[in-house]
Amino acid sequence: MSGWTGPAVAALALAAATAFGLLRARRDGRLRGAGRGGALRLTTADLGAALGERATLVQFSTSFCAVCPGTRRLLADVAATAPGVRFVEIDAEDRLDLVRRADVMRTPTVLVLDRTGRLVRRAAGAPTRADVAAALELATAP
Amino acid sequence: MPDPTPDPIPAPAPAAPTRIDPRGPRFGAAVTTVVLLAVLATGSGVLLAAQAAVFAAGAVGGLRFSPYGWVFRHLVRPRLGPPQELEDERPPRFAQAVGLGFAVIGAAGYLSGTGWLGIAASAAALVAAFLNAAFGYCLGCELYLFAVRTARPRAGRP
Repeated sequence: MSGWTGPAVAALALAAATAFGLLRARRDGRLRGAGRGGALRLTTADLGAALGERATLVQFSTSFCAVCPGTRRLLADVAATAPGVRFVEIDAEDRLDLVRRADVMRTPTVLVLDRTGRLVRRAAGAPTRADVAAALELATAP
Repeated sequence: MPDPTPDPIPAPAPAAPTRIDPRGPRFGAAVTTVVLLAVLATGSGVLLAAQAAVFAAGAVGGLRFSPYGWVFRHLVRPRLGPPQELEDERPPRFAQAVGLGFAVIGAAGYLSGTGWLGIAASAAALVAAFLNAAFGYCLGCELYLFAVRTARPRAGRP
């Protein structure tokens, strides 16, 4: 192997990581439509907690998730200030059944459910407060 | 929901985890990036083995025992002022364990004359360290749930 293979691979790895990082930063935490899990509907029994009267914010977390605590604080705060909105946090490792049903690949994953438990919006990564507010508006629209 | 199958991935430590300055692991990732670049430039298995020892110290003993963490606490942090918030030590510690795996494989590759293995494993570790340093993105942490999903068989499904 020539002496240039290592440096060339290093340059390639940095370029690929930069492209991935930039793309990820743009898409991370964006709340989008229900996608493949279009018909997903979670019940009080599924969640192990009551649904909110108007909407429910569900967060999947693991212990090995650096941004989960920040997202938890944000969602708990939003739920505390918005009437009829509940926040439910789920330990993904304990609930692999739900993880598979909801097609959760990474943490945090945030699901926004309407009052019947139907999935309205979802985000992989930490969402912004404004995005959560907009998704809640959609979920609680009459 | 208890799972009877043995867990291939170590369970997280019990309650009251150590909380650390999040800038520490980020600084460590920047140093690691530079070291891995040097490894790829020189093809030095010994240097990669040294980096493996650094990963091992952070993964086994906790980030307090990582040499880069020591440098951060004594030389960098005094110039930065206090952190805005602390974070759970477990995610970056898990990432150190993932880095250790790659570094051990890479060092074994270089030192046994299997150059391509050394290069491939170092490049993978470089991607993870660089993503952490430049974007604050913890690849090992992100893949954790994916690994658990894959490792544990589906139960109660037709």
